Amino acid sequence: MSDPATAAVTATTPAREEVLTTHDGQPLKKSLARALRREKMRALMLVAPLLIFILITFIFPIGDMLFRSVENNIVGDTLPGTVRALQNWDSLSGEAPGETVFAAFADDMMVAQEEKTHTRLGSRLNYDQPGISSLFRKSGRRIAKMDNEAQVEAFKAANPLWGEAAGWQALRNSDAWPDALPATAISWANFSRFVESDKRGKVDPANEVPYSFTFAALDEDLKAMPPETLQSLASSSNADVAAMFGSLQGKVADIPPSTYKEQFLQVDMDWGLVENWATIKRLSPEFTDGYFLAAVDAERRADGVHMKPENERLYIMLFWRTILMSVMITVSCILLGYPIAYLLANLPVRTSNMLMILVLLPFWTSLLVRTSAWKVLLQQQGVINDVLVWIGLIDDTNRLVMINNMTGTIIAMTHILLPFMILPLFSVMKTISPSYVRAAKSMGATDWTTFWRIYFPNTVPGIGAGSILVFILAIGYYITPELVGGTSGVFISNRIAYHISSSLNWGLAAALGSILLILVLGLYWLYDRIVGIDNVKLG
Amino acid sequence: MSETRGAAVRFEKVQKSYDGENLVVKDLNLDIAPGEFLTMLGPSGSGKTTCLMMLAGFEPATHGEIYLNDRPINNVPPYKRGIGMVFQNYALFPHMTVAENLAFPLQIRKMSKSDQEAKVKRALEMVELGAFGNRRPAQLSGGQQQRVAVARALVFDPELVLMDEPLGALDKQLREQMQYEIKHIHENLGVSVVYVTHDQTEALTMSDRVAVFEDGRIQQLSAPDVLYESPQNSFVAQFIGENNKLSGKVTKLKGNVCEVELDDGTMLKADAVNVEGVGSRTTISLRPERVEMYPDKKLENQIEGTIREVLYLGDHLRVVMSVAGNPEFIVKVRNRGERWQLAEGQKQKIGWAASDCKALDPVA
Amino acid sequence: MKIKNMLMSTAAAMVALGATAVTVQSADELPACDNCANSMTLVSWGGAYQNSQVKAYAEPYKALTGVDIVWEEASNEAVAKLRAMKEANNLTWDLVDVVASDAIRLCDEGLAREMDADTELAAAPDGTPASEDFGDLMVSDCFIPQIVYSTTFGYRTDVEAWNGKTPTNICDVFDTETFPGKRSLEKRPINNMEWALICDGVAKEDVYDVLSTPEGVDKALAKLDTIKDDVVWWSAGAETPQLLADGEVVIGSTYNGRLFSVIEEQKQPVAMLWDAQVFDLDGWIVPTGLPEDRLNRVLHFLKFATDTQRLADQAKYISYGPARKSSAPLVGKHADLGIEMAPHMPTDPANAKNTFLYNYEWWADNRDDLDAKFQAWLAK
Repeated sequence: MSDPATAAVTATTPAREEVLTTHDGQPLKKSLARALRREKMRALMLVAPLLIFILITFIFPIGDMLFRSVENNIVGDTLPGTVRALQNWDSLSGEAPGETVFAAFADDMMVAQEEKTHTRLGSRLNYDQPGISSLFRKSGRRIAKMDNEAQVEAFKAANPLWGEAAGWQALRNSDAWPDALPATAISWANFSRFVESDKRGKVDPANEVPYSFTFAALDEDLKAMPPETLQSLASSSNADVAAMFGSLQGKVADIPPSTYKEQFLQVDMDWGLVENWATIKRLSPEFTDGYFLAAVDAERRADGVHMKPENERLYIMLFWRTILMSVMITVSCILLGYPIAYLLANLPVRTSNMLMILVLLPFWTSLLVRTSAWKVLLQQQGVINDVLVWIGLIDDTNRLVMINNMTGTIIAMTHILLPFMILPLFSVMKTISPSYVRAAKSMGATDWTTFWRIYFPNTVPGIGAGSILVFILAIGYYITPELVGGTSGVFISNRIAYHISSSLNWGLAAALGSILLILVLGLYWLYDRIVGIDNVKLG
Repeated sequence: MSETRGAAVRFEKVQKSYDGENLVVKDLNLDIAPGEFLTMLGPSGSGKTTCLMMLAGFEPATHGEIYLNDRPINNVPPYKRGIGMVFQNYALFPHMTVAENLAFPLQIRKMSKSDQEAKVKRALEMVELGAFGNRRPAQLSGGQQQRVAVARALVFDPELVLMDEPLGALDKQLREQMQYEIKHIHENLGVSVVYVTHDQTEALTMSDRVAVFEDGRIQQLSAPDVLYESPQNSFVAQFIGENNKLSGKVTKLKGNVCEVELDDGTMLKADAVNVEGVGSRTTISLRPERVEMYPDKKLENQIEGTIREVLYLGDHLRVVMSVAGNPEFIVKVRNRGERWQLAEGQKQKIGWAASDCKALDPVA
Repeated sequence: MKIKNMLMSTAAAMVALGATAVTVQSADELPACDNCANSMTLVSWGGAYQNSQVKAYAEPYKALTGVDIVWEEASNEAVAKLRAMKEANNLTWDLVDVVASDAIRLCDEGLAREMDADTELAAAPDGTPASEDFGDLMVSDCFIPQIVYSTTFGYRTDVEAWNGKTPTNICDVFDTETFPGKRSLEKRPINNMEWALICDGVAKEDVYDVLSTPEGVDKALAKLDTIKDDVVWWSAGAETPQLLADGEVVIGSTYNGRLFSVIEEQKQPVAMLWDAQVFDLDGWIVPTGLPEDRLNRVLHFLKFATDTQRLADQAKYISYGPARKSSAPLVGKHADLGIEMAPHMPTDPANAKNTFLYNYEWWADNRDDLDAKFQAWLAK
């Protein structure tokens, strides 16, 4: 056959032979992939309920919580105009911002107090600037009484349309809006929010003349505006707009300035402090590293990041203490748990079951009861001290201090976490054949050599598993340290709990929590590098 | 046995009880010669492993004394006895490599590094695992692990090696191969071996002598062939190899030969091994392969039975017959290529020599 | 010092009039409740205090209206929980009992509803509007005060090492020479810093000015340093009474009502040191965002539960002073012990010779900052 079509077919045949196909001609790989995909889908369907459950109940909430450590929308959302106005203010100038900023601030505050968000913002800023919270609270009460009549009258006098809804409607529909009047546009948005909140949607702000704060913004825009822009506005195609701006030509300088700065200073002189404004400016971005800095005892000042003064440093020390004490608790759990686990694993089943119940007994009593029991035992007038005094080991005046300090925390926590060490150790020891010990002895090893060279190495996976469990549980504990730790035995988790439930500084709590999480993951990684995570057995 | 460097072991009136109520070992007396391969064979619970553990030092004897090279060792802790041991589950230390496992007893003996290495190398070569020194036990097959365990028990040159069902976990083919290898190692090294098993084939193939245990006592202590050919009692006859039992009463006893009247009236001649006297009941024990299908007229015992089942097994035929009231009488017919007409339900005459059947103690 | 003046006048009225006949409001006086839910979840502190509320407000209200009242013991974490509820948009609480500083915080966070005292709360029997009757105790727009309590010291009366002396002055707490033994103080800066400054020679009226400066904070902490080794720090109000009863500490601060129960109910050898007691307030807040029917029910209940008689009734069960001026003359005897309650009130003139006023505004501003410094100091 010599026609080209046949030749082409012949030419491609060898290539086709290389691709393995199923009986119906599908490429084998594709067919296999499809079969596997079905398998995978089925597997996915099986785990889907758990996956969704974990996502909803664990991953999302934790993620949301951790996100708070950097989130900082509140300033920008509450004070949009102020944030914009503060861009032109240098916090290193040593002077409080001028009227422009105060006018925008008054406008924002008016809306914020209407929406009752100003005190929230105050509390947020107060974490960084003590005292600012009452400043916001106080100013919120007075904001509605602040006055800008002089400006409003000046505009109305220039052209009555400035005092009419129709005039403002025309303005908003013109080309000038919003580019030529940026501050005014922001203020108008504020006003709309205000009306929305104040009148609960019953009044359409479009049919209203804005409140007096907006006139301050308008004044600012006009004064910042090059004359030619005003000229072009005055010759706008819309007659009303042209008239409104035409009436202002040459008179812009005559409009009296607003007096918000003065009025705020009357409310409280602290509004004149640079630090307050520097704090607002520093916290205006949407995200902040402030919580993380605070969590490592640092702070950002105008001139960069510094460590906090010596007498305010707390968290790094607490992180260290938490890790150190968790290690000590883990070690004492190993020391106490190992012999018990050995006993459990080597006694006859009946006796070991009995002992196992004793080991698990702590799980059946409330954590608070157990911890309180330790108080009764360990306190200076407590059982142990009484017995020691009675025996004559210690003098009545020199009773041991075993609680409300590190010792108390370590004793109580070791007791509480001991089962988490014993159980994995026990199950690992159960799997160690007694013939290992016999073999070693038959080869001439003494009891100690047998233990150290043969038995112990085989229990290391159990120690590893128990240690990871105990350590991770210990590092996050806070109830027991709070109750028996006094001041020297509390953990970082106690501060996290404080910030979550008491100070409401969730951002800092989230930052501390994130660091703790990172620390734990880091230690886990280290463990994996040194011991190997495959070397961990729960049984 | 090229040389004899094995130890002598003696059990003297040894008794053992775990609970103070029942004796698991009753009055054990046993002499093991230097270099001997002695197997303790018996069903589970017969006391054989207990004996081994007492010898190793892991269980104290309740009464009596055990001697190792004439030295009493009851108060010697296991690690001072210098006895090598191989365990059923190998007991290789999982956290050490094969070489480290082997070096362990040498380290304990504070041997120099170079000597250790040389000895480990030799031991590994002995079990043909020279290339496996750096592997972990878990990376080896069962047979390989067993060889390592054997090498480890021997590497420190003990005079006595105890093996506690060492091949129990291996499959049949491997087990047979290992039996052969252990036997050879024993022959080459000349150590004494005490070997515990419940597998009679193993016992027969490997041992110099076999002690059959039952109910805390040694029922018979003999060389394997003696054990098979001349069981001393019905238990041994039954436990070792296949066995046909025929019950009856002794009617005549003359020296080593007796006449027995079976329960259906058939008269047989048999070796009188374990009978009390004329009139006493006895159980005749007869190996299936000693029965002739078309008996020669010269054979003392001739009897007719009914064929119940014929199984073709290649090298032989296995014929189940009903003979003299025993419905499970088995005859092994060697396959010589003859075409015998053996049909189920067929009456068939069979016979055997008087010396092939032993009159033993009666079985209830 | 307006709050103080008012407290003093309350106390004076109490002494002058003593207990008068208890008037019970009858059902027909209670206005009907339109569009109201049939149940309420109230949040309080548990223990004797919650019990006094149940007895004085909830049971009578239930008897009159038949409304189901569910109690939750969560006031110590109310702020965090309310915030979490708000974020989850799942408000399960209708009325929450909190201390004044938490009320301010909740109000700031927009989590508590602002009240119009004069229209939403009952006037005094003589017609005085509620805002006047509560007066300056309404420290926040969201806060309806119920009781005045104080944080003060109790001491053991059987300490041999004291050679018969008893502490009479707040500064005796700092005098470990004359009064050796362990002390218990609350594990937070509030109150402790003020006491330390007062005992370091700062005049009472200057305390917050001094505390506003870093040097003042250092000064207060330096004073606390002198007894730091002798202090057991508590975080729950029940701890000091227990520590005193066990003899673990010889003197310790806690809420006056807790000490009342140690002394009068448990008859422990403990006495009160009223000197420089710090007044604080506890009261209700209504969470924001309640559906209308639930809000109506809560307001209906509040009007009843915070009226003059109900507040006076509460003092029969616990030694905390009622927050209304008009309630003071109605305070009577303890319901079980039968003893006059007036002498056990923190506002009693004999107890209130030297009192100190907790400055809410100042602490709201400086709490986070000072707490950090205080915790850093504690951890050293």
